[in-house]
Amino acid sequence: MAKVSKESYLFWYETMLRIRRFEEKAGQLYGMQKIRGFCHLYIGQEAVAAGTITALKHEDPIITAYRDHGLAIARGTSCNAAMAELYGKATGCSKGKGGSMHFFDKDNYFFGGHGIVGAQIGLGAGIAFAEKYKGTDNVCICFFGDGAARQGMLHETFNLAMMWKLPVIFVCENNFYAMGTSVERSSNVTEIYRLGEAYDMPSKSVDGMKCETVHDAVAEAAERARKGDGPTFLEIKTYRYKGHSMSDPQKYRTKEEVEEYKQKDPIETTLSTILKKKYATEAEIEAINERIQKEVDDCVTFAEESPYPDASELYTDNYVQSDYPFIID
Amino acid sequence: MHTNQLIPIRLYLPLLIIIMTTRKIAFRQALREAMQEEMRRDSRVFLMGEEVAEYNGAYKVSQGMLDEFGAKRVIDTPISELGFAAVGVGAAMNGVRPIVEFMTWNFALLAIDQIVNSAAKTLSMSAGQFGCPIVFRGPSASAGQLGAQHSQAFENWYANVPGLKVISVSNPYDAKGLLKSAIIDDDPVVFMESEVMYGDMGDVPEEEYYIPIGKADIRREGTDVTIVSFNKMMKVALAAADELAKDGIEAEVIDLRTIRPLDHETIIRSVMKTNRLVIVEEAWPFGSVSTEITYRVQKDAFDYLDAPIRRITTADTSLSYSSVFVEAFLPNPARVIQCVREVLYK
Ligand SMILES: Cc1ncc(C[n+]2csc(CCOP(=O)(O)OP(=O)(O)O)c2C)c(N)n1
Ligand SMILES: [Mg+2]
Repeated sequence: MAKVSKESYLFWYETMLRIRRFEEKAGQLYGMQKIRGFCHLYIGQEAVAAGTITALKHEDPIITAYRDHGLAIARGTSCNAAMAELYGKATGCSKGKGGSMHFFDKDNYFFGGHGIVGAQIGLGAGIAFAEKYKGTDNVCICFFGDGAARQGMLHETFNLAMMWKLPVIFVCENNFYAMGTSVERSSNVTEIYRLGEAYDMPSKSVDGMKCETVHDAVAEAAERARKGDGPTFLEIKTYRYKGHSMSDPQKYRTKEEVEEYKQKDPIETTLSTILKKKYATEAEIEAINERIQKEVDDCVTFAEESPYPDASELYTDNYVQSDYPFIID
Repeated sequence: MHTNQLIPIRLYLPLLIIIMTTRKIAFRQALREAMQEEMRRDSRVFLMGEEVAEYNGAYKVSQGMLDEFGAKRVIDTPISELGFAAVGVGAAMNGVRPIVEFMTWNFALLAIDQIVNSAAKTLSMSAGQFGCPIVFRGPSASAGQLGAQHSQAFENWYANVPGLKVISVSNPYDAKGLLKSAIIDDDPVVFMESEVMYGDMGDVPEEEYYIPIGKADIRREGTDVTIVSFNKMMKVALAAADELAKDGIEAEVIDLRTIRPLDHETIIRSVMKTNRLVIVEEAWPFGSVSTEITYRVQKDAFDYLDAPIRRITTADTSLSYSSVFVEAFLPNPARVIQCVREVLYK
């Protein structure tokens, strides 16, 4: 099982900080209308992404929903490619075709941000199916929200994945709200991990405000999948500090509730552990902070200066066939 | 009252002169009033969907309705489109009259099985024993840079299905009058709105009114060319017509309003007058509403056509995110004007 080390902590700190600063910048730029469409920020949930990455191999596929910036960046998508995508520029990780909701990065085994709530639950199982079929020992990790857990897709997929012992880790990132609907208002079953029990899937609830607990749970699940013992369902409890998307007045929750979670901020927690265990000095931390700040500042410049895709690109990538005869009136 | 709305109102003219007073309200309010009025009249009518109650609607269409009607009749659902659409259909088969809101029609693809295999067919399979008086409604088509999965229009998909009626509205007045008709209709109705039009203001009478399903509206009279459109592409059609008028070209602009049943008669009557037809729709070209209209017009008015029928659809592609693509994908007034000039050989 992937062991936690000093390097893990430093990776977690740096990764979470990169995501946080990137998302804060994205929020500002959205306000300036540099970024359009729907934009869902990951602020508050960073430990889920960071803790996941240290528990897996680089080749283990990742798939998630539209709230995808954090996981892509944690997996290795550069801030440049991410920001350029938000700008709709040709240098983006989806060449400006996907936008915020549809980051894709094949080199980093990132199978995308998906916009239809719950759709990627089945896709994740399919990606795992292919790994098994091809005889690799890769494990797919498939993320979805608490709201998505109410789609029929979850049940059909859980059944198939268990029956076929697919190497997949299902992760429900329970941030307690699906848009304005709290978990309590969406089901009688509020302990979401228990949904796995209906299919005898090993399932548990995990503290998602700490990288350690996320790492351990994912590592254990990955080991199970690699041994051929099939899927695991993790309900990772986390929290989004910001609104659902950029236009959410957030009347469904109190400021106090948000503050309560900010007290458990995963970046702060990780930093204090690092300092306590003397994994880094204050000066070394300061150096990381500056590096990340520069990376994020630079990515904005990169996105600003990158070219837009050519309009003719609308017709590319709809088919692999290069001379597909589109209807053009 | 702007001239664009003269035609439907003219039908009610005697009544109007005596009592109609209008005010400007937003598209979303027109929809809300339609639901409120019908819910006040008929306790069997209820609304359900994602975020319709406590959040007051993802796009605030149902604002205040939970307060007025209570949780029994304004019902929040989890994100379970297939499930709640089916519950709606079953309920409709058993004596109540649901309005099912989809946050957008893109998400109704999860529920399309219930709309097509159940709602559209209960009456025919049961030989008339079980009907399905239900309205499925929500915003359709693109709304800026939302990417491939959030930008689709499916009017023609549903219009292909016997058993369904399909409405797609372009302004507050039609939205209210047609939604009221849809709610009291005994057949399943698919009702399409637009995210980007919810804030549009328009004249709507204070008094109650209904607009019959299946009747197109001539929004602008003209003699030189007929332009047919619906939903937010009506803005493109009307803008093009205004521009063309500056050059002395008078376009007759028809708003279909109902897609199924399609008001062929109004289109053909207009084409017999103008002898030229241009269709504008936000949909992929293959097997679209324009395809259907084109077939009927060439069949029923072949001898009246002085030029091939032309259409402006979206590009035959998915809609990618970048602003560059949105621009290239959608119909716009310039393309309509160009097509009109081509059919006029000018
Ligand atoms: C099938 C479908 N229905 C509705 C929506 C609209 N929608 C987008 S996000 C969302 C809430 C999802 O909440 P959750 O799964 O908890 O994920 P979170 O946003 O909290 O990350 C909804 C209803 C959608 N995109 N797809
Ligand atoms: Mg959630």
